[in-house]
Amino acid sequence: MALLEVEELSVTFRQRGRRTVRAVDGVSFSVDAGEVVGLVGESGCGKSVTSLAIMGLLPRQAGVTVEGRADFDGTDLLRVDRRTMRDIRGRDIAMIFQDPLSSLNPVLPIGRQVTEVLARHRGLSGEAARREAAELLDRVGIPDPTRRLREYPHQLSGGMRQRALIAIAVACRPRLLIADEPTTALDVTIQAQILELLKELVRDSGTALIMITHDLGVVAGMCDTVNVLYAGRVVETARRRPLFTEPRHPYTVGLLNSIPRLDGGRGERLSPIPGSVRDVLPWADGCAFAPRCSRQVPSCVGGPPALVLTHTDRSYRCVNPVPPAAGPATPADSGTAPAPTAGGSAAGETRTTAVPAAREEESA
Amino acid sequence: MTREAAVTDGAATAVPVRGDSLVEVRDLKVHFPITRGILFDRVVGHVKAVDGVDLTIPRGRTYGLVGESGCGKSTLGRAILRLTRPTSGTVVFDGIELTGLPADRMRAMRRRMQMIFQDPMSSLDPRQNVESILIEGLQAHGIGADRAARRKLITRTLDAVGLPTWALSRYPHEFSGGQRQRIGIARALVLGPDLIVADEPVSALDVSVQAQVINLLDELQEELGLTYLVIAHDLAVVRHISDVVGVMYLGTLVEEAPSDRLYSQPLHPYTRALMSAVPVPDPDVEDRRERILLAGDLPSPANPPTGCRFHTRCPWAQPTRCPDERPELRTIGASRVACHWAERIASGELRRHEVTAQLVRPEDAGDTPGTLATPSEPGSFV
Repeated sequence: MALLEVEELSVTFRQRGRRTVRAVDGVSFSVDAGEVVGLVGESGCGKSVTSLAIMGLLPRQAGVTVEGRADFDGTDLLRVDRRTMRDIRGRDIAMIFQDPLSSLNPVLPIGRQVTEVLARHRGLSGEAARREAAELLDRVGIPDPTRRLREYPHQLSGGMRQRALIAIAVACRPRLLIADEPTTALDVTIQAQILELLKELVRDSGTALIMITHDLGVVAGMCDTVNVLYAGRVVETARRRPLFTEPRHPYTVGLLNSIPRLDGGRGERLSPIPGSVRDVLPWADGCAFAPRCSRQVPSCVGGPPALVLTHTDRSYRCVNPVPPAAGPATPADSGTAPAPTAGGSAAGETRTTAVPAAREEESA
Repeated sequence: MTREAAVTDGAATAVPVRGDSLVEVRDLKVHFPITRGILFDRVVGHVKAVDGVDLTIPRGRTYGLVGESGCGKSTLGRAILRLTRPTSGTVVFDGIELTGLPADRMRAMRRRMQMIFQDPMSSLDPRQNVESILIEGLQAHGIGADRAARRKLITRTLDAVGLPTWALSRYPHEFSGGQRQRIGIARALVLGPDLIVADEPVSALDVSVQAQVINLLDELQEELGLTYLVIAHDLAVVRHISDVVGVMYLGTLVEEAPSDRLYSQPLHPYTRALMSAVPVPDPDVEDRRERILLAGDLPSPANPPTGCRFHTRCPWAQPTRCPDERPELRTIGASRVACHWAERIASGELRRHEVTAQLVRPEDAGDTPGTLATPSEPGSFV
């Protein structure tokens, strides 16, 4: 059974005098234990709101409606009371945000912020908590951890702050980690360090990871399963390799064709997706991507496109999908290496290598 | 289209002097003073944002500048346009030395060198409509005889950047990010410049829209023969649009190479690390490639390491020369590299070794970075 099963999650923001915004419009996906799942999309596609809804971090006030289910190990996260949610949050599910400076408290030393979690969820205090905190900082690669504990966020560099945030997130060995654009604010060389760190943590502790990003390169290097979001809905789900070798949804293909590749040639013209993310059709009236789609057919308009499930772990929401060979693929892969083995092998191998660590049993 | 503006305007010397290079930068330095004190500011040090850069931008080509934040690439771009006054060194633009130019002549020169900024929302006045944004520069430089002539020029520019004419009466907030960046490009273009300095032109845009703007820049260059200096942190973008790429580290150029060479044969250890850190949207490539993880953060430019500035993080650093002798840019093949050991690294004679991270303080400019022991396994995060 999946660790997290999100079904038909919808989030609506209503405000008087403003247009009602359905930021998330029926998102479904699942995360298995120890799996790295990517939520990919451009700004406004609902990827961050999805994660906030799962974490119960959306404001509980009139005008914000959350519908659907998010089953975490048998508990529906959208229905539990605040008290239970506070227990789950930080202990079972933790989150890493994009901007570490605004998610760390600027007036508290790093140490206090790490020990706070340890005290709340693991009942550690005093010297024991400090020792554990230093160990955590050490584990995420912060040099001279005991001294860092007494320092404030502004005294650390961006990469170190993100490491500190990760240390706080993994302090209770959560079973699910949600990383919302964890490296977007960082430089590439620091991004590489942080991604490597996240990979190691996932591999060593068996934590499942939801990776929210707009960078398909990050997805290609990290995720086992990828969900591509557009205008609040998952438009394509696939294992990592098939998504890149034979994308089926025109939006996925468009995204892949519109990014310049480091290993591409100079001057190759990119094929951008016309229009902007603002040009959407409400899902009720048809496919939201239709106004920008190059494969638009009359049946795109009229009603929401049904989810097409193909063999093994693959689905897309399109009435006129890209034929398997037409993607920006290396055609050799298309016939022989479909879904589960291809995508799973790399990640599966690495996860079972050495150091399964005691922490895995403890948290399970 | 806007070419005619360049031709009709006789004020600037439009005679190409030095063959095919439009901009020549020699030993350019920009140092910002760090001051302390309550009543009287004492200068306690300098942030060496740009510290001796030589580069040449060929006419009609694109020069890309990459580097991590704080490496001085934006300051260099601004110093070339004299938006920031250089501390020393020279910038020669089309045979005219800009560094000594009096203010009024500099202002006239600015028509020929324009800038595109990163965030179109903050670089466009929210209370000016598009027409007024575009006409401002024309008025300032006295281009176009009357309103009708200017209007004509503006409509043509709008058309060139792919915006409809009705956009003229609209305000920046009414446009999407990509369209706003087009307005920013139109504002630069309407004056008929020779050089456009684009500072992170697409990094604020969505992935699908980035490509539109990149293609637009490409088309405009082909059509109008523009020269670009593109400053960006995204290596894939820079490599895509540039003919020559310069890699900066702590205020200096560490490598300059034709953009194809940069990926296939990076020579400087920093370039290698940078190239290996950029994620490629292809699982096969991602699984195969070797990642060179750099230890620690960028040192403070107020207190750069002695010798080679990269030696504190360099996995190939040697005990001799690297810590005390600053490497000059040397020509190796088609590239220019500032590394003492570039040939021996390329041949595989020198091997990578572990590096211990040095803690870097973001704020304390004067602090000496202390070396600290870390739990470093080879290739692990340090």
